[in-house]
Amino acid sequence: MTTVLEEIVGPDTLAYWRGLKPVLLWTDVLVFLLVGVLVICIWYARRREHLRAPWRQVFARPLAMAAAVVMSCFVVVGLLDSVHFREPLQPQGGQDGGQQQEVFHAVEVLSLLDLLLRPLKEQVEKTYSAPFATHLYAKETLELPDGTRVRDYPRLVYGGAHLEDPSERTADVLQRSLAGLATGLGWWLLFALLWVALLAYRHHRPFGSQLRQVLAGRTVLPWRVMLGVLALVFMAVAWAVELAPLYHIFGTDKVGQDVFYQTLKSVRTALVIGTLTTLVMLPFAVLLGLMAGYFRGWVDDVIQYLYTTLNSIPGVLLIASAVLMLQVYIDTHPEMFETAAERADMRLLFLCIILGVTSWTTLCRLLRGEALKLHGVDYVQAAVAFGVPHFRILSRHLLPNVMHIVLITVVLDFSGLVLAEAILSYVGVGVDPSMHSWGNMINGARLEMAREPMVWWSLLAAFVFMFLLVLAANLLADAVRDAFDPRTRDAAAGRES
Amino acid sequence: MAETLLSVRHLCTRFETERGGFLAVDDVSFDIQRGETFALLGESGCGKSVTSLSIMRLLPEPAGRIVGGQVLLDGVDLLGLPELAMRRVRGNRIAMIFQEPMTSLNPVLSVGDQIAEVVILHRRLRGRAARSAVLELLEAVGIPDPERRYGEFPHQLSGGMKQRVMIAMALAGEPDLLIADEPTTALDVTIQAQVLDLLAELQRWRDMAMLLITHDLGVVAGMADRVAVMYAGQIVEQAPRRSFFAEPRHPYSRKLFQSLPDMHKRDRPLTVIPGTVPALDRPFRACRFAERCELAWQDCREQAPQWHAEGDGGVRCHLYDRLLSSRRPLHAAAAQPVTSEYTQREAPPAGGRLLEVEELKVHFPIQKGLFKRTVGHVHAVDGVSLRIDKGATVALVGESGCGKTTFGKAILQLIRPTAGRVVLEGTDLTRLRGEALRRRRSDFQIIFQDPFSSMNPRMRVEEIIQEGMVTLGLERDPQRRAQRVAELLQQVGLPVEARARYPHEFSGGQRQRICIARALAVRPKLLVCDEPTSALDISVQAQILNLLKDLQRELGLSYLFITHNLSVVGYLADQVAVMYLGRIVEHGRVAEVLNRPAHPYTEALLSAVPAVDADGRREVIRLEGDLPSPAAPPAGCHFHTRCPRAMPVCRERYPPVTELAGGHRVRCFLYGEG
Amino acid sequence: MLAYIVRRLLYAVPILIGINLITFVLFFVVNTPDDMARMHLGMKHVTPEAIAEWKAARGYDKPLLYNEARDGLQRFTDTIFFEKSVRLFAFQFGRSDAGRDIGYDIYQRMWPSLAIAVPVLVFGLLANITAALLLVFFRATYVDTLGVVLLVIMMSVSSLFYIIAGQYVIGKLLHLVPISGYDGGWNALKFIVLPVCIAVLYGLGSGARWYRTLFLEEAGKDYVRTARAKGLSERVVLFRHVLRNALIPILTGVVVILPLLFMGSLVLESFFGIPGLGSYTIDAIRAQDFAIVRAMVFLGSVLYILGLLLTDISYTLVDPRVRIS
Repeated sequence: MTTVLEEIVGPDTLAYWRGLKPVLLWTDVLVFLLVGVLVICIWYARRREHLRAPWRQVFARPLAMAAAVVMSCFVVVGLLDSVHFREPLQPQGGQDGGQQQEVFHAVEVLSLLDLLLRPLKEQVEKTYSAPFATHLYAKETLELPDGTRVRDYPRLVYGGAHLEDPSERTADVLQRSLAGLATGLGWWLLFALLWVALLAYRHHRPFGSQLRQVLAGRTVLPWRVMLGVLALVFMAVAWAVELAPLYHIFGTDKVGQDVFYQTLKSVRTALVIGTLTTLVMLPFAVLLGLMAGYFRGWVDDVIQYLYTTLNSIPGVLLIASAVLMLQVYIDTHPEMFETAAERADMRLLFLCIILGVTSWTTLCRLLRGEALKLHGVDYVQAAVAFGVPHFRILSRHLLPNVMHIVLITVVLDFSGLVLAEAILSYVGVGVDPSMHSWGNMINGARLEMAREPMVWWSLLAAFVFMFLLVLAANLLADAVRDAFDPRTRDAAAGRES
Repeated sequence: MAETLLSVRHLCTRFETERGGFLAVDDVSFDIQRGETFALLGESGCGKSVTSLSIMRLLPEPAGRIVGGQVLLDGVDLLGLPELAMRRVRGNRIAMIFQEPMTSLNPVLSVGDQIAEVVILHRRLRGRAARSAVLELLEAVGIPDPERRYGEFPHQLSGGMKQRVMIAMALAGEPDLLIADEPTTALDVTIQAQVLDLLAELQRWRDMAMLLITHDLGVVAGMADRVAVMYAGQIVEQAPRRSFFAEPRHPYSRKLFQSLPDMHKRDRPLTVIPGTVPALDRPFRACRFAERCELAWQDCREQAPQWHAEGDGGVRCHLYDRLLSSRRPLHAAAAQPVTSEYTQREAPPAGGRLLEVEELKVHFPIQKGLFKRTVGHVHAVDGVSLRIDKGATVALVGESGCGKTTFGKAILQLIRPTAGRVVLEGTDLTRLRGEALRRRRSDFQIIFQDPFSSMNPRMRVEEIIQEGMVTLGLERDPQRRAQRVAELLQQVGLPVEARARYPHEFSGGQRQRICIARALAVRPKLLVCDEPTSALDISVQAQILNLLKDLQRELGLSYLFITHNLSVVGYLADQVAVMYLGRIVEHGRVAEVLNRPAHPYTEALLSAVPAVDADGRREVIRLEGDLPSPAAPPAGCHFHTRCPRAMPVCRERYPPVTELAGGHRVRCFLYGEG
Repeated sequence: MLAYIVRRLLYAVPILIGINLITFVLFFVVNTPDDMARMHLGMKHVTPEAIAEWKAARGYDKPLLYNEARDGLQRFTDTIFFEKSVRLFAFQFGRSDAGRDIGYDIYQRMWPSLAIAVPVLVFGLLANITAALLLVFFRATYVDTLGVVLLVIMMSVSSLFYIIAGQYVIGKLLHLVPISGYDGGWNALKFIVLPVCIAVLYGLGSGARWYRTLFLEEAGKDYVRTARAKGLSERVVLFRHVLRNALIPILTGVVVILPLLFMGSLVLESFFGIPGLGSYTIDAIRAQDFAIVRAMVFLGSVLYILGLLLTDISYTLVDPRVRIS
């Protein structure tokens, strides 16, 4: 096993991987738990037609399919960024490691994404520079080779450093862009052909006719749209791979960090907030909502009191108070956290929880109403007539029949939460300032708005990426709601009596 | 011969759904003469409502679309009119009333304003003139105190009142044609009789034509001049009422008559139409009824029948094609359904008391005021005593809101009674709690009315049937349990493969069979059937009734059969109890009560049921007004407010039980002192 | 009716007590006043004397719930719980950690908040309903499809983008209105226009889309078919029948937030430099002035509960189906 691996990746790489110390942050645990649950759900739903049908309806919509492709790109970035580890401080060189010596690990927590983007992470300039710039944004006093001092824009240390003469830049960028796009297109073509071949194999069709089906858009699921969007994705990725190591394609920020790197690192934060928030509180919301509606009486009173009270506190203020208190707590208990990443992660998780506390009440109320309705429905009454225990009725009869509400809520909440993160970071109660997030990027760049000319690239990068994610989520949410909500579903299939 | 008002020619209407399109109406043609009532009869899904909506061009867009044909109103094709001109037809030349009076009125506009809209739009009346026209209309449809009702909102009116308002609204434009789409299906029998009377009277008086859409042969018999029967999107037979009831021609029409339950058929199983209505989403090349028709032969399965016009009607069947029917093999003519026959009236149930209900009361508190004090009670069930013998069927009859469903649930302890005893084989169920009650639950089970909500859509049939066995620990071995599920499915007439499927894959009748299997799984002694057939079509109802009767003979079950349908009672029950406002007013053997009703309420109820024969019109004892609220039942005899034979004493106290001959008991002063 | 209102008011009491307890636990139990003092004075090199002085100046030096040093009733009243939490019930907000009178500040800053929030609400409602009605009128056509896509795009853009882009284009490039600031009287108008427009535009995406669903749901009901069967024109059906029914949830939804308008909008006010309660809150959060945050939490909750009460009452007024006997 080991030898095979060694042959594939080479002994040096393997040794490097072995030296890493894995770090499991709290949110990582939850993210992978979520992925695991999703996989189980998909496996479960695949064998059940009534669960598959609405999903097929979702993905049969071209817009939803396109949104799903974009979403999955974000998810891949987010997952890569969720595998954390620390590098050893002294890399064990080529000597044979006979004696066991204690290895110290760096305090900085890295992720797989960091490894992929290492050049971007490490190519730090002095301060602001515009996208594709070769010079810094601020003038400095420079010493010319002849000893005279002038104030001018200095060359960047990394951005466009391979150019002899900065005036070649436009030509160079264009040439490399074309090369990048062409590469992307090539890879895409390969992928597309493989995909069509796979489809042909699954449907037992000759390759040619399957290809014609896909091209004409006559397949049940809109593969043509999927491949079209993927073409754009492939091209964008290849372009970035070609250019990003040589230029700061989105510019650099105040401390000279690459904005493209920051933007990608922010993806995980957004995804975590968008998903974990609802999921952390989901069990409580579902259980309490169903119990309130099913048992009624005093149970209902207590649960209603609970969520009315929580709901009465304006959301932002509750979040602000809680996060401020958490900040005080973290600051007064520095010994609890080994690394800065762990501290920031704890704050992120806590933010998810507190956001969840403010948002679960809506779902709980919805579920209570639905459970009240279901309590009187004949099949629940029939179960009562069999003497089925209460919690079995809750889990077997009520829960599966309110899952569509839960699903719709989770999907609909996602985009709102991603947007909320930016606002909260602006207010100062968002994620840890040391954590990459679009909110923090906007908040940092906002202060530079008054500069002349304006520093716009951080803002724009954050806004565009956030927009893409939120738009994709909204389109997907629309499709999910239309497919799962019985009201819209019945409206779609109007039948007469 | 009167002149033709409306002529529908080769109408085709298509519906597009996510799963593809289907022709809901396929080449439908008929004429309606001025002043006549034309009935369109058919079971659910046959396309009769779509036909009426197509005439009005009110199909739900963009799902429904008229794809061919003509609708000629006085020779003008409505389908060719621009929308603006069509609006002058709707409400003015043709008006429509719908099935659900509860949802068909705008909840936030007063009923007067809603009627006034039509008067203003089509009769160009304004202000006071419009108002007085509306008041006249309200008066005309028999709404008492129209001045006050004018400003009231729909939710303040009872169902019957709402339908009267709908009728007033339809009449407001003084239409030539009134389309009534199942106008009385959502109403109780006594209210139905009122509304039908009203419609017939108004029609005579205004010389208005009426297109009556219904599934109820009784309503057709009482109202129609001519009848058309629809099946799977087509008209299969058309005839004047008299000849239709005297001699229905299409095999489907004949079967409909035969599958009606009634007292005289109780000694034999009902004739049923096997199978279900075919799905419309495929092209038909053969007769649509062939699969279910016992008279069908080769030709029926190979080519679609033509329309054979005969006199004032016609029929779409190969039997009436000289050439084809001559090819019909002779032995097919003798084919009769092979079912076990009850040649003799089965012996009276073997006796022995199963259930004894004593003075059962279920009161729901009404809370009001600052601290939600209980200020009164809804007397849903107010002192009911009933006895059910082993192997017997007791029917509980009453209109909606009389407390019969509550009573059924109270027996099962789904609703805990306020007072009284429910003694099942010596054990008082009302005293049992928790585990003790749970252990007895296998003895009594329930079948619900709505086959669509009575099964968890997320569970497979197998899981549904097993649930009771698992919970009550009746069959612990999974293999034996699976075997029992197979047996049960067979017993209720479903294929064993049904076990792995989900409820939504079955039709209404099949679902009801699954529900019966679920109840039988725990081997109950008593089955409470809460209107098990009222959501089903006639032909399917017959199947279920036969099944229930077979099961009773086989397993010795006792039924408490809750229903509002008196013909079902006559067919199925041994004893019948009539319930009014939470109390039983009359109780006795079926033959006694149905043939010689003692209580005026029972009499009225019986007379209100439309008779299915050519001379459907007969004297109906009209009950005034609606059922009073069970929160504040009238003093004295609850029925005195509507009773045509009320006496002073009826207003003072509730009548005691009077025993008549043969165990026939009644609570009415007409018999007490006499 | 009166009994109903009284009962609803009584029902609000335990909720307010609950909120009060939550804030008390959050602000005084999770972290001790000592922690907060240390936080404010800078983490390092803080002498115990400085902490004691900071606490004493703000009244945080008392015991939390029970003061043994006092007699009688004062054992309970001379505590942090009574002074800082119970007094909120009487709307005595006390002084901020920076020493300002919170009650006075709130009164002063309420009006600029309302000057922004009220027009946003009114114009937003009009814009949303108009847009939604247009889409419903053109339902199942390309206008509807494109309109919905546009709305989804609009609601996918961060509100911060609307503000920043608006300030940049209208304020900085075109110099139509001042970028930020506020003034009294009619002069306020030129400061208000831009934030109001931006807020209305931002709200349009989700608002109009939601209203469209409400309208469509109503338009599919049986009584609409009845109205069409009467021969009414599509316009009359839409305005007289559909709109009237759909307005009930819309209006009552508005009533809930009416009282909360006093609280202003956090981000909008802060970006445009409006001296309202929203920017007051944001400043307090950034300066970690817990006394103000606590006061705003309580005030916000009271206003929300008031909103719920008004909603219930408005239902009985607007919807003939809901009547209180």
